[in-house]
Amino acid sequence: MISSLDNSSQQLTSETILLEVKNLVTAFDTDAGQVTAVDDVSFSIQQGQTLGIVGESGCGKSVTALSIMRLLPQPMGHLLGGKILFKGQDLATFPIEEMRKIRGGQIGMIFQEPMTALNPVHRIGKQLSEVFLLHQDITNEEAFTKAIELLDKVGIPSPQIRIKEYPHQLSGGMRQRVVIAMAIACKPALLIADEPTTALDVTIQAQILELLKELQQEMGMSTILITHDLGVIAETCDEVVVMYAGRVAERGSVYDIFENPKHPYTQGLLASIPRLEDERKTCMQTIEGMVPGLLDLPSGCRFQNRCPLREDKCAERQPPEEQIGPDHYVSCFRHSET
Amino acid sequence: MLDTNHLLEVKNLKTYFPVRSGIFLTAQAQCKAVDDISFSLQAGETLGLVGESGCGKSTLGKTIARLIKPNNGSIHFQNTDITTLGRKKLKPLRKDIQMIFQDPADSLNSRHSISNILEEPFIIHGIGNAKHRKKRVCELMKKVGLQANAIDRFPFEFSGGQRQRIGIARAIALNPKLIICDEPVSALDVSVQSQVLNLLMDLQKEMQLSYLFIAHDLAVVKHISDRIAIMYLGKIVEMGEADDIYQRPRHPYTRALISAIPTPDPRKKSKRQILVGDVPSPINPPSGCPFHTRCPHVQDICRTKLPLLRNTAETDQKKHTVACHFDL
Repeated sequence: MISSLDNSSQQLTSETILLEVKNLVTAFDTDAGQVTAVDDVSFSIQQGQTLGIVGESGCGKSVTALSIMRLLPQPMGHLLGGKILFKGQDLATFPIEEMRKIRGGQIGMIFQEPMTALNPVHRIGKQLSEVFLLHQDITNEEAFTKAIELLDKVGIPSPQIRIKEYPHQLSGGMRQRVVIAMAIACKPALLIADEPTTALDVTIQAQILELLKELQQEMGMSTILITHDLGVIAETCDEVVVMYAGRVAERGSVYDIFENPKHPYTQGLLASIPRLEDERKTCMQTIEGMVPGLLDLPSGCRFQNRCPLREDKCAERQPPEEQIGPDHYVSCFRHSET
Repeated sequence: MLDTNHLLEVKNLKTYFPVRSGIFLTAQAQCKAVDDISFSLQAGETLGLVGESGCGKSTLGKTIARLIKPNNGSIHFQNTDITTLGRKKLKPLRKDIQMIFQDPADSLNSRHSISNILEEPFIIHGIGNAKHRKKRVCELMKKVGLQANAIDRFPFEFSGGQRQRIGIARAIALNPKLIICDEPVSALDVSVQSQVLNLLMDLQKEMQLSYLFIAHDLAVVKHISDRIAIMYLGKIVEMGEADDIYQRPRHPYTRALISAIPTPDPRKKSKRQILVGDVPSPINPPSGCPFHTRCPHVQDICRTKLPLLRNTAETDQKKHTVACHFDL
């Protein structure tokens, strides 16, 4: 496994890259016309690493995850362009039957709300062993034994009893552990976690993040963690992608993003988090204005109406993504002045 | 003796909900949502109330606003006992105690225009004529940073942050003295959250408001509060000055809460103190100290004897109380 500290100096080679997303474009049909929720998004993730995707509601982070899994709501969701290279194969062109084998097998997914991710009318055991039965050639009894082992692995006490219970009998934290168990059942190479702790309390969030970290180290899998919480990103991720209104504003190592942010949006976001060590009752830094709607995006840079560094050029065309470090990329005309 | 400086004084407040089951829906047990809580609030002060889901913080807020009737204890507001006042007698008081709710999409009537929503408090309390009300609504919009010409629009036409501003405008319409803010920024994105917090702090200065600020995010609460109370299973386990709570937390639960907050600094991947287990059910709380099932310092006494709030060892002018048997 690649250690998290020396990854920035490591050259990106095709052997270590597990997933590479290239120029992904995803759109939805709505009553008011087609909206592009994800526009020209590119990033890559190496084996054993954690990539964080951070951004505010509606920035396209969840749609990116659904696009990778090919789980876009039908018939209104469309993958309009780009490549999703997973172990060298392009998932964007995979037939649906092949994709079913990948989901839950090679790529696991954890959803935000553990209550809706579990079926309320089936016992935990049935839902868990289903994963094994779908992806492996084993008997019901073997699958059930494996399910009990799995519950034990994700830290659920007395798994023999819990396995016979229904989702509503478990607490929020327990349910999320079950969802994690389902996602890692077939030892996936990639785990996509979409806001896995947002619905949980801080003390339970700490438990779940710790569990994910342990499992990742043990199984050597890569993780994509989608969250709006910069604190969670800083604690768990190696690489970070900052998204704004469907585009990547900035991406780089966690140290690039937190210690040397170059995009005015990243800087504004970092400045507006309340921190415990701040002086009390002082005026907090904000980003003025609000996110533009996807239906009436400005031409040019999408952050221009809130940007302190806006100039005429920003309204005319999209700033291209420029490489400014070993793997630090930013989409801003004025990144050298920030 | 009641201290006349206090705007709000809560003593031994208890709010229990019956848990009904069986075909006759008889009360089988009680959910002790708010269990023996006492505190006071000065004019112009902000008290932050922090705790995890189900600890009773919202019930406490609603009980103080007298949306729920308490079972026991007393609530004094401006030296008037409001614990058992009826509907009619409460009405003039409602002008002085207002609430801001978590989800502005749910708390604004989607079929009413913004001017209708903001006018309603004036109509209910019979203040001014139509022309005067309209003028006041426009003033309120400006005060919370919205454009006055947007008053004929409907809630769905606004973003989350703007809707919360409308919720705030409605709460301050009648110049209240106390506003109970129930998770006012939890549903908002970070960049908008700081805008709303700034607005709340500006309004407090301008209008001499007192806030009871309920939230689960300790960093937000610490920023806006003068004092903080930490709740666990219906009880206050620690209360003190905001900086004091953060710098010298005394209760093991407070410490765990602080250590569980992820810090936005990748070099501080500190070893966190992680609590085991879940919050027990308030229907069947543990004996003795409610926190003993998850406490890393648990002793025999904790399992049998309930610790009361007491002053911490180095008592000084700053009051800092903690409900733990030990000086940790």
